[in-house]
Amino acid sequence: MTTLASDSGSGTASARATSWASAAWSRLRPLLLAVVFPALMLSIWHFATVGRPGSLVPPPHDVWLELWDLAFGGINDDAYSRTLHIHLLASVARVYGGFALALIVALPLGMLIGRVPLIRQIIDPTIQILRPVPVTAWLPLAMIIFGLGPRSAFFLVFLGAFYPILVNTIFGVRSVEPRLFEAASMLGCNGSAQFFRVVLPAALPSIFTGMRLGLGFAWVVIVVGEMTGVQTGLGAIIMEARQLSRTEIVICGMIVIGTVGFLSDRLVMLIGRRLLAWSPSHG
Amino acid sequence: MAEAGVAILEMKNVGKTYAQNGRSIEALRGASLRVEKGEFICLIGASGCGKSTLLRMAAGFEAATQGDTLMWGVPITGPSPSRGMVFQDYGLFPWLDVRDNIGFGPKSRRRAKGEIRDTVDHFIELIGLQSFADVYPHQLSGGMKQRVAIARVLANDAEIVLMDEPFGALDAMTRERLQDELVDIWSRTGLTVLFVTHAIDEAIFLADRVVVMSPGPGRIEREYTIDLPRPRDIAGAEFNAWRRVLAAQLHSHHGRKAG
Repeated sequence: MTTLASDSGSGTASARATSWASAAWSRLRPLLLAVVFPALMLSIWHFATVGRPGSLVPPPHDVWLELWDLAFGGINDDAYSRTLHIHLLASVARVYGGFALALIVALPLGMLIGRVPLIRQIIDPTIQILRPVPVTAWLPLAMIIFGLGPRSAFFLVFLGAFYPILVNTIFGVRSVEPRLFEAASMLGCNGSAQFFRVVLPAALPSIFTGMRLGLGFAWVVIVVGEMTGVQTGLGAIIMEARQLSRTEIVICGMIVIGTVGFLSDRLVMLIGRRLLAWSPSHG
Repeated sequence: MAEAGVAILEMKNVGKTYAQNGRSIEALRGASLRVEKGEFICLIGASGCGKSTLLRMAAGFEAATQGDTLMWGVPITGPSPSRGMVFQDYGLFPWLDVRDNIGFGPKSRRRAKGEIRDTVDHFIELIGLQSFADVYPHQLSGGMKQRVAIARVLANDAEIVLMDEPFGALDAMTRERLQDELVDIWSRTGLTVLFVTHAIDEAIFLADRVVVMSPGPGRIEREYTIDLPRPRDIAGAEFNAWRRVLAAQLHSHHGRKAG
């Protein structure tokens, strides 16, 4: 009797152990697979550059030392040591500032264009014509109007984030299922209440997609914006380092922009998951 | 008594013509229907017979181009909580959980918070979804969604429930269960139900009166009073007799159209 019981006990325990192992493996697998390719690229980069003084691109190890020096100093102790936070902060402030301004303008405008036919007829054609103009093509004009400096960069970020938010907000408020309006009105929800209780929540996934695209675009545009006579910012040090042939700093700047852009996108997605738990495509 | 008073819903010689691609299409002609309080009425007919149009006019979603549509003798000018609609595709708000979907109507009508909570609790219990109260619609089965849609109009004090092929998208087993539940709710609450279907069995099982409609242009063909005692036995001889009568009536349209 007792042997039977202990037998079955150990049986379930080992089953539990294997299921735990397979669960761990199924979690680890995508991570491992995701790491394989970058590791391969890194080693190709390493072996193609290390020990060649004439190489245009510095080896990964030099870039890593430079990154450390940019962040914490103590290696080169030159003009760039321990300046990363200054540039990072400047860029982040411009990205989120421009993004916030785009949000403040594009959200209400998009809702108006989407819901009020008269406003749509007045404004939408103009926007359709202006939208294909690439944000970078606005740069010279921005420099003329706002001068050389951070204000041009800020304007570009605003413009870059503005269109995705606007277009997706219009799409979101226009593509509310007609059935939901019928449901709301037979339940006693009419007029402006319908806007807040039906249109807005129904459009939220779309608006959110627009915000995510807009923020991503803001990170793209900030570099271009900062390449024109701005003293601080990640785009600025990339450009300056190129002129000084400090290629390792150029690459460091790229890495930091990539990382921060990625983290910023993750943050938005995390907020979206909490806000849109009801949506099968977001939750 | 009912004949003398004012009907809860009355349609007098109602017609609907609308324009589509420059052509005018007559969806409904000369339809008259009188619904007494507490009745369960099924509208049955082939597609294009105007049964959904009639229902949507009763709801106030569409205006008649001819005739009068009255509730308690007052013309219907638009949707109202007193006429709750249950759609075939549910029409639940995907961003609200079961609780808030049912509470949507009372909240729109600015009921007190405590009152809304009590109402919602009551109707969640009525449809047996206590353990799904905090679940979003996309996580529910079709049958559960339709239960929520029914509870939603009941929680909003609907006097008439208008149902547009509500069980048409459900599997047979779920459909039968919901038919039972609907009859149960109806007999306990004294609701008035106007129910559109194209299934003969469903109409005989549910209705006090079956209104047969025919297409081209849509009109009311005939009315039958189903006097079978409830609960109805779908395998019984009388049920079968009704089945034959209604099938003959419905199929006579095809014969005439072909001939």
